[in-house]
Amino acid sequence: MTERSLVKRALPHFFLALAIFVLAFPIWLVFVASTHTLQEILNAPMPVLPGLHLLENYGRALVAGTDNLGAGAWTMMMNSLIMAVGIAVGKIVVSLLAAFAIVFFNFRLRGFCFWTIFVTLMLPVEVRIMPTYKVIADLHMLNSYAGLILPMIVSATAVFLFRQFFLTLPREMAEASQIDGAGPMAFFGTILVPMTRTPIAAMFVIQFIYGWNQYLWPLLITTKEKYYTLLIGINRMLTGADTQIEWQIVMATTLLAMIPPVIVVVLMQKQFVTGMTDVEK
Amino acid sequence: MTRQYQFPSRGLPYLLVLPQMVIVVVFFFLPAAQAFWQSFFIQDPFGLSSTFVGGENYVNLFKDPTYFESLWRSFAYAFLVAFTAMATALFLAVQANRPIRGASAYKTLLIWPYAVATLVAGVLWLFMFNPNVGIVAWFLERSLGLEWNHLLKAGQAFFLVTIAASWKQISYNFVFFLAGLQSVPAALVEAAEIDGASRGHRFWRIVFPLLSPTTFYLVVMNVVYAFFETFPIIHQVTAGGPGQDTSILVYKVWKDGFINLDLSGSATQSVVLMVIVVALTVVQFRFIERRVAY
Repeated sequence: MTERSLVKRALPHFFLALAIFVLAFPIWLVFVASTHTLQEILNAPMPVLPGLHLLENYGRALVAGTDNLGAGAWTMMMNSLIMAVGIAVGKIVVSLLAAFAIVFFNFRLRGFCFWTIFVTLMLPVEVRIMPTYKVIADLHMLNSYAGLILPMIVSATAVFLFRQFFLTLPREMAEASQIDGAGPMAFFGTILVPMTRTPIAAMFVIQFIYGWNQYLWPLLITTKEKYYTLLIGINRMLTGADTQIEWQIVMATTLLAMIPPVIVVVLMQKQFVTGMTDVEK
Repeated sequence: MTRQYQFPSRGLPYLLVLPQMVIVVVFFFLPAAQAFWQSFFIQDPFGLSSTFVGGENYVNLFKDPTYFESLWRSFAYAFLVAFTAMATALFLAVQANRPIRGASAYKTLLIWPYAVATLVAGVLWLFMFNPNVGIVAWFLERSLGLEWNHLLKAGQAFFLVTIAASWKQISYNFVFFLAGLQSVPAALVEAAEIDGASRGHRFWRIVFPLLSPTTFYLVVMNVVYAFFETFPIIHQVTAGGPGQDTSILVYKVWKDGFINLDLSGSATQSVVLMVIVVALTVVQFRFIERRVAY
């Protein structure tokens, strides 16, 4: 083998390894910081190898949080989980029903419904925060799980994905079940939903991450520590400190905020990749 | 498009779409209409009284130099983020798509940062560049004599939010580019190779044009991301500062509405943002439709 082709073959590995380093290095630092005392972090430069205070820091982060926050990561983690699962499940159920109606029934307002839903495809909550906030306030849903979850269920992505999937199924399936005397809902429950499990799994991954990582909305409507999600907690720890930010606790909480969605992506990588790229098609 | 079998039922489909429609109307159309309505009134901060002023809010908004600065800054920022995140991702996807050892492990290691929250991305970079504890800030000062303080220096603040936002988006783009590259017919590339086309030639003349649907889709998604979804980064890392120097449109809407309590100004800005998004959606959909046709 010539020297040139050896270099050529090594180059992709070099670039990919470099990229992985750039992506992972900040997270390594977070981990390192979460295993040291505040003094060790403040003493510039901070260490780049893990310290001995892992259990102590995580214990405090989970149970109590920083002194200025008054909420432990455990509570906040539960809130994030409720919000993420609520959004994912809510979106999937509501969208399955809507897509079923749009694809398998011929009703007068079908076109109207489809477009009404489709328009919302790309409109993020960020552009209509003020009035949505007002709606939630009028419905007395501030500081509640319903308020955290319901407005986030507005998204056409899932309806669109399920609709596309339904359209690719053989026509004879629904026809046969109708001839056999099964009603539309029996077809939906016993045949259609079980067949849709791959797109459902893909949607679950995408929407779970979307829900877990929501920030602006919980920032607006949660003012009680009881309803803080992890991300809101992190923000409050960083901005609310009147003295020194307790970096070791903040970093432990940050790592805790990263673990669940990362695990979901790594475990369900295949479904997640197909689901994501299918929306584009 | 193949039509599905149609169940003969009149009432049932309405019942089925009802939940979706209720949510869309209550949390989407109602607030949007309210923003539109409010943008023609001037309200006092407590929402007690409001006066109809016609298009005055819009005139004021477009006369306001800080709004134009924010608009211009948002576009520059969106362009930089989209370009950085997409170019990096495309380059990495090309590397990972080669028949190399460990390709699938590389893919997993490049995909997982997608799961990292935008806020967390901001916190990670904030921690590295924090003037007191940041290891990169310390390094820059020690080795290059560069004093880092993004809370005081506008250029540094802009750089930091751009890098953090791009860093977070690389994985997303990587997934799409990799899927796009895998669907490029190998025979085409091989044929060009036999004809003597160089590696660069094969990429730019054959592969890249075939990727154009993916690229186009990603441009729109990246612009939407940078414009709207990077709010957490701005909010956490710079708080729009120093001064107004990293205050992008969506940050300004939030700040004017919730901090400065300028309800009608915020509503007017919301309407402008919605117009931008709708325009992007139309462009996107036109494109999808055209592609379905062939």
